[in-house]
Amino acid sequence: MSTGSFKPKNGALRWFDDRLPILSLVHGSLGAGYPAPRNLNYFWNFGSLAGLCLVIQIATGIVLAMHYTPTVAGAFNSVEHIMRDVNYGWLLRYIHANGASMFFIVVFIHIFRGLYYGSYKAPREVLWMLGVVILLLMMATAFMGYVLPWGQMSFWGATVITNLFSAIPLVGDQIVTFLWGGFSVDEPTLQRFFSLHYLLPFVIVGVVILHIWALHLPGSNNPLGIDVKGPQDQVPFHPYYTAKDALGVGVFLIFFGLFVFYMPNSLGHPDNYIPADPMVTPAHIVPEWYFLPFYAILRAVPDKLGGVLLMFAAVGLLFFLPWLDTSKIRSAIFRPAYKMFFWLLVVDCVVLGVVGAYPPEGAWILIGQLATAYYFAHFLLILPILGKVEKTKPLPQSIAQAVLGDKAGAKPAAQPAE
Amino acid sequence: MRIKKTFILGLVASLGFANLGLAPSALAAGEAVKLKDIEFSFEGPFGTFDRAAAQRGFQVYREICSSCHSAQYFAFRNLEGIGYSEEMAKAIAAEYQITDGPDDFGDMFERPGKLSDRMPAPFPNQNAARAANGGAYPPDLSVIVKARPGGADYLYSLLTGYEEPPADIELAPGQYYNAYMAGHKIAMPQPLYDDMVGYADGTEATVEQMAKDVTVFLAWLAEPSMEQRKSIGFSFMIFMSIFVVLLYLTNRRIWRPIKKGAMPWVGKDEKA
Amino acid sequence: MSSNPSTVEQSDENGTTRRDFLYIATTAMGAVGAAYAVWPFIHQMNPSKDTLALASAEVDISAIAPGQSIKVMWRGKPVFVRNRTEKEVAEAKAVDISNLRDPQTDAERTKPGHEQWLVMVGVCTHLGCIPLGEAGEFGGWFCPCHGSHYDTAGRIRKGPAPLNLEVPDYQFISDDRILIG
Repeated sequence: MSTGSFKPKNGALRWFDDRLPILSLVHGSLGAGYPAPRNLNYFWNFGSLAGLCLVIQIATGIVLAMHYTPTVAGAFNSVEHIMRDVNYGWLLRYIHANGASMFFIVVFIHIFRGLYYGSYKAPREVLWMLGVVILLLMMATAFMGYVLPWGQMSFWGATVITNLFSAIPLVGDQIVTFLWGGFSVDEPTLQRFFSLHYLLPFVIVGVVILHIWALHLPGSNNPLGIDVKGPQDQVPFHPYYTAKDALGVGVFLIFFGLFVFYMPNSLGHPDNYIPADPMVTPAHIVPEWYFLPFYAILRAVPDKLGGVLLMFAAVGLLFFLPWLDTSKIRSAIFRPAYKMFFWLLVVDCVVLGVVGAYPPEGAWILIGQLATAYYFAHFLLILPILGKVEKTKPLPQSIAQAVLGDKAGAKPAAQPAE
Repeated sequence: MRIKKTFILGLVASLGFANLGLAPSALAAGEAVKLKDIEFSFEGPFGTFDRAAAQRGFQVYREICSSCHSAQYFAFRNLEGIGYSEEMAKAIAAEYQITDGPDDFGDMFERPGKLSDRMPAPFPNQNAARAANGGAYPPDLSVIVKARPGGADYLYSLLTGYEEPPADIELAPGQYYNAYMAGHKIAMPQPLYDDMVGYADGTEATVEQMAKDVTVFLAWLAEPSMEQRKSIGFSFMIFMSIFVVLLYLTNRRIWRPIKKGAMPWVGKDEKA
Repeated sequence: MSSNPSTVEQSDENGTTRRDFLYIATTAMGAVGAAYAVWPFIHQMNPSKDTLALASAEVDISAIAPGQSIKVMWRGKPVFVRNRTEKEVAEAKAVDISNLRDPQTDAERTKPGHEQWLVMVGVCTHLGCIPLGEAGEFGGWFCPCHGSHYDTAGRIRKGPAPLNLEVPDYQFISDDRILIG
């Protein structure tokens, strides 16, 4: 079970591993030396899928940067050059553009999996907080990436989002000018966004390594949410979860491919194929779909500063989730009331997304405000109170017992999970 | 099992929500007018561009649209993509005068077009285009099909959507009524009339025919790599389907002993 | 692969061959897929379609007097167009090519009927510097970077360069215009 026991069979590899134990590291973190609960379901695939997305984005991004020009005059042209003349440029760009959406789909499911099975609770609080940091970095990276093609939505999205900072009292306008490097979104803005868009993914890689490190101390949570009691509850990561993850990757790539090959522009906005024009604002500015819930929260408050604070609070709140949830039981399987509220939160986030896509008029304003209020109520009111008052179901004695029942040689478990 | 089902429902819901993000914006720009739904050969997972229609569409673009609209990403070498031979593409290129230079004396000069040249624009810059068109800028048509909600259907509808204005619509000078334009007021006068071009292949040049042809041409121009994309996509899907079946079988076989209750870690600790 | 799975697999009642075939097929397909996936990332570095299209340059040579040469840009590189003097042509023709490092006759490096015209890519075949004209021990070109000497037909005569200066594809459109590429 320990990393130290690993010895490569091949003499040369053993020689190398004695001097730089990188093989032992892989063996112990992603290989046969890493013990994982035996009952992880397919929602545990989304961690490795998120890692794959990051790798795909970095790989395609690096080659796109070989052809892209971060200038006001050249950006749109260089993107069309990639689409038309660079060998497989269209493929690389469509993978990169749709890959951002895929990354967010995967990460959102990964986050909601954590919420459902209580993966953020002790002893995994720091693991969870690192995840929130990754989400924030992803949002910044995706936002700056969307600016680079220098279409109408790029330009006006950049203008609107950077203007959020003007809500800051006293120094707001100076901060916005500082972010722009001028008096509007222009050449300096584009160039710094390109530079940072290239940099941040590598920062994400760094935080991902910390995220995995923090995961490996307590090990993975599992659908039952109970601690691993002994070796009977575990299997080696390799080959069991490498095989399972590979299957997940295969299915995911088919889903990804449907977008890349058959509807590559369906997640984008047609206006972004119009070159940026600082003199004309599009009729209706919408962010990319993954920002819509946050956009809805921003617009829920009529006050400029209030909206901005609320939007940042919606993500910032997640840092405190491990302490806001007062229940000691992790998995929603044993918390019937929490399970209901979890699904309400999912519905609430979808509603926020829909509201974010519509202009703030008529009933949408009220719906947006109610959905925003519920979002905060879920974390600030429902979770703290629920942990104290809810009636929970009895926990099984061990994973092996719950999963295997008779086969584990113990008395039958109350409720098999799968 | 129930948990899984509800989770999958959640996944479907979140995808639906991804698509919802698009619907309203299409509504906003198109003002809820239902577009004419034309069956184009390039639609669908195996769709290809109708070469003959695209060539006729190129003729319409050359003889009508290009007097006001540029197509800055269109190079003559691209003509081979809609079925012209290299010789024909060269001949077409040579019909255009391209500004080149500077020569040895520092002057710009005109020469016949080559395959590597791009279609010359009708106006030297946006301001000149605006000045010549009553203040309205005729947009570049290179990616116009991708730049409008509704794409090819929108373009066809717009080109065939000129009507007598209803009584309650006031049109300023230089404005025309179009059923499919956002706000119904368009600065472009009706561009197509029957028999404006003489098709070499004998096709009758009705407004609908020309609108459809030029839409095919512009759809191709917006994305010349579409056919390659779909054909690679098809191979990709076949490959991945087989691969996923193999991955599924491999995974099932690897997990079989565990599902039966094997405990690979039990007893291993003592050895370590 | 470590020894862990083997303990488990031994308890598997299925035939070994079928299992092995499944694993090998899956791994092989994964490897093939990965290889295909890598190709676009490599091929994107090759010249793009617009770069390949910019392959020809037309040059007016009417103003070049004997003994003069011009440098024109073609594919981002200089091309020397030299109107050689009769003496230079004679020198070039007199060379015994059996002693040359890269044996080529003067006729092979010029167009019939236009023997005085020498058109060459002005890039030293050693490491890519631009040689100086009317210089070197053979009255042709001399590369200052590492001392390669070329004769009046642009053939390597002395120094580290392995090959003669490259003659690009070109043709005479008329007596005073050439098309390179």
